[in-house]
Amino acid sequence: MLAFMIRRIFQSIIVMIVVALISFLLFRFVGDPVNQMVGIETTPEQREALRVQLGLNDPVLTQFWRFIWGAAQFDFGISYQFKQSVAEMIGKRAPATLELSLMSAIFAMLVGIPMGVYTGLKRDSWLSKFFLTFSLVGISLPTFLIGILLIYVFAVQFQVLPSFGRGEVVQVGFWSTGLLTASGLKALILPSITLGLFQMTLIMRLVRSEMLEVMRTDYIKFARARGLSRKAVNFGHALKNTLVPVITITGLQLGSVIAFAIITETVFSWPGMGLLFLQSVQNVDIPIMAAYLMLIGFLFVVINLIVDLLYVAVDPRIRVTGLAQ
Amino acid sequence: MSQPLLQIRDLVIEFPTRRALLRAVDQISFDIEAGEVLGVVGESGAGKSLTGAAIIGLLEPPGRIAGGEIIFAGQRIDNLDHDQMRKLRGKRIAMIFQDPLTSLNPLYRVGEQLVETIQTHLPLNNTEARERAIALLDEVGIPAPVTRIDGYPHQFSGGMRQRVVIALALAAEPDLIIADEPTTALDVSVQAQIISLLKNLCKNRGTAVMLITHDMGVIAETADRVAVLYAGQVAEIGKTQDLIKSPKHPYTSGLMSSIPSMESDEDRLIQIPGSMPRLNAIPQGCSFHPRCSKAFGPCTEKRAPLVDVGESRAACWLYAAENGNG
Amino acid sequence: MSDQTAPQIDIVEKGMLARALDSDIFFSFRQSKIVMAAAVVTLIYFSMALFAPWIAPHNPFDLASLDLMDGLTPPAWEEDGVPQFLLGTDDQGRDLLSTIMYGSRISLAVGFASVAFAAILGITLGLISGYFGGFIDTVIMRIADIQLTFPSILIALLIDGTVSGLFPESRREDSAFWVLVLAIGLSFWVQYARTVRSSVLVEKEREYVQAAKLIGLKPLIIMFRHVLPNVLGPVLVIITINLALAVITEATLSFLGVGIPVTQPSLGTMIRIGQDFLFSGEWWITIFPGAALAILVLAVNLLGDWLRDALNPKLR
Repeated sequence: MLAFMIRRIFQSIIVMIVVALISFLLFRFVGDPVNQMVGIETTPEQREALRVQLGLNDPVLTQFWRFIWGAAQFDFGISYQFKQSVAEMIGKRAPATLELSLMSAIFAMLVGIPMGVYTGLKRDSWLSKFFLTFSLVGISLPTFLIGILLIYVFAVQFQVLPSFGRGEVVQVGFWSTGLLTASGLKALILPSITLGLFQMTLIMRLVRSEMLEVMRTDYIKFARARGLSRKAVNFGHALKNTLVPVITITGLQLGSVIAFAIITETVFSWPGMGLLFLQSVQNVDIPIMAAYLMLIGFLFVVINLIVDLLYVAVDPRIRVTGLAQ
Repeated sequence: MSQPLLQIRDLVIEFPTRRALLRAVDQISFDIEAGEVLGVVGESGAGKSLTGAAIIGLLEPPGRIAGGEIIFAGQRIDNLDHDQMRKLRGKRIAMIFQDPLTSLNPLYRVGEQLVETIQTHLPLNNTEARERAIALLDEVGIPAPVTRIDGYPHQFSGGMRQRVVIALALAAEPDLIIADEPTTALDVSVQAQIISLLKNLCKNRGTAVMLITHDMGVIAETADRVAVLYAGQVAEIGKTQDLIKSPKHPYTSGLMSSIPSMESDEDRLIQIPGSMPRLNAIPQGCSFHPRCSKAFGPCTEKRAPLVDVGESRAACWLYAAENGNG
Repeated sequence: MSDQTAPQIDIVEKGMLARALDSDIFFSFRQSKIVMAAAVVTLIYFSMALFAPWIAPHNPFDLASLDLMDGLTPPAWEEDGVPQFLLGTDDQGRDLLSTIMYGSRISLAVGFASVAFAAILGITLGLISGYFGGFIDTVIMRIADIQLTFPSILIALLIDGTVSGLFPESRREDSAFWVLVLAIGLSFWVQYARTVRSSVLVEKEREYVQAAKLIGLKPLIIMFRHVLPNVLGPVLVIITINLALAVITEATLSFLGVGIPVTQPSLGTMIRIGQDFLFSGEWWITIFPGAALAILVLAVNLLGDWLRDALNPKLR
């Protein structure tokens, strides 16, 4: 178990270094940082002085080390466009994105898992067919289109829910939350559904196909042959075995949710990290892009790690393999 | 004599496919007496496993029972609803599958699966059920059952897992165990152990066994009687000794001469030419006739009825013709 | 010579066609009306995209023909609609129906090009990875693993941002199409590589490859011939589903304003333009391109779904 954990943590560190390398290469070689920072009338001498000051003439490895060291201390430099500390800008916007992602992940699981179980067990009922068709529509509709449709129906036609922004937020320490005010919660509804719908259909289809797969296994046949009740077979045996891969994928999806928030935030003018990242892509504001990449990479790695550990907790086979190695 | 424990009468199992309706089991009839071991042999696809699945009510759709009756302890069971059938499963009829590696749920401890099964069928509390589980594990020859009961299936070897599976099958003292190729997936070295374990346990309890296998050696050692299936039909049925010593149906003779024997001084085993027909291409008349060296006139025209031949019963025109029509 | 071979080929083809019509796949195709409808819809889109310049009532890219006075005309059946613009116009006075046709053309072009790019790249890398093994295999598969942990849209967005950063500002509009193809293609190659690699690993051990080595043939080429038919099914499924995904990704990037520029709008760009007009009541500018996009993706997805089920005998 310990060896397994150490191996996984080691792997995670390697992934992080690769992500850092990509971010650094972006940061350093896409566009000249000096050109981005100075005006046209700057003299070559001034430029050279700035290069030295920024350490751009140092060996690449030194620069890479400095980049990683800075990133570890949450220092990603200054935005070309906004001339502000990137870390500060991201820090201010992180709560909005995280709250949105969390709400949509909860929505996706609470609706997706029961739908998946139902369609897996009653594969031929009309409701299952409806769910499946619905899920295909959910996968086929791009996120932004779902958002626009929701806005059109609930904000433009019925005018019951807001179409942009976070509503009223409350500052709790460094964290600005929209979960404590009515308008904040109301503002969360449409974006959360928009963001969560794709994950929901994904979870539903995953649970369904896993359920169908498990129902065909010998141990389910044997459980039936032992005369166990339908409930015990379906939920005790089948669902538990289904949940192993579902936990993995759902967990991994949490990272995707945060990344997909870029789109939802654009549709709903949600003041989060995704919107900031998108603006930085449009303006080729490399420090923000690099920082966002590092941050998302870090989140993914951490989520992967947690999911793996959860996996171990659920599946005894892995526990022992880990022990053996 | 009293009524047999299990009676199968003209059982038909069909699979609708888009091209045709396939008859995988075609009017099979046989009985199993209480406490008896009936071997069911045949090549794969002969309908052995389907018959077993049909008895316990676990035919996989789209397969379905299209005719005939299954009577268990005097009660017809092929038309029971799901709940009534479920109460019979495990409690009175148990089943053992081919692959012990996949028969146990990998996420539950062996004990949990045993206790769950015991409590489904018997009114025992947790402690009593656990005690019974330990006793069962002990009985099937698991060493140190008190500690092993808390192990997960993957911590057991294949042979040990099949022992656990047998313990699970015996958990509620059933009257009949359907063992579908219980040793095929095991190492040859442990096959004999498992078979003798199953045989002894059932003998002691008076449990009847329907032993499905394609291994005539296993049958010869274990079964009281044998039913030979060919292309979804019973070719011959009778006492094991009779079938081995004097097989009546040419197919049975072929099967017997393909068993390697210590006493025999023949150098080569005799093979039956050709292979069993596919379900969608079963020949008219006796389904064995294209491979049969003794085929003659009626064989190509009509299916032979199952008739008494000495102590056994065989479905072959060689005998049906002599006895008129049975 | 040619006289002799021609009829033979004819027979072979007829045999193949007859076999195809008799196959389980074709059977399951005929079984489902929805799948047949999806196929028809997909075909309509393909021909619409292919023949847009000839069948579209207007040319939305021809700036000279546009008249701002025609801007924001509602669909023909609405109060202020005119029959000239069946689905209405956008703010620039572009006929929506024509723009949707041309937009589908761009969306599908990006989709096909990027899927082809991804497939070729992925199959090649998978083949190399599986055949040579060792270090090169480890490197390729590690990259695949890492890339797979990130959603493809993020990777496409990042590549798109980076690559267009490499172009000078003035060239960005012209390069947008190829940058998109590159970005989407690079974000999709992993699945192909994995599928092909695992198939290669199986084939590599087969006797014919060993035999080919012995008689001095290039096993790589022979294996390629054997591996490709084996992976054709799964790859076809991936291609179909990826096509839908690529169209979505293109639309999303264009919607986000980093894809196809406004002057030659794709469906995503049109939706982006229209979103601003949603609140002032000009719903058609968003809703029609949106519906067009949704129907296209749904149809392709349905085909992909059916294909996957039909090729996977376990599910039947």
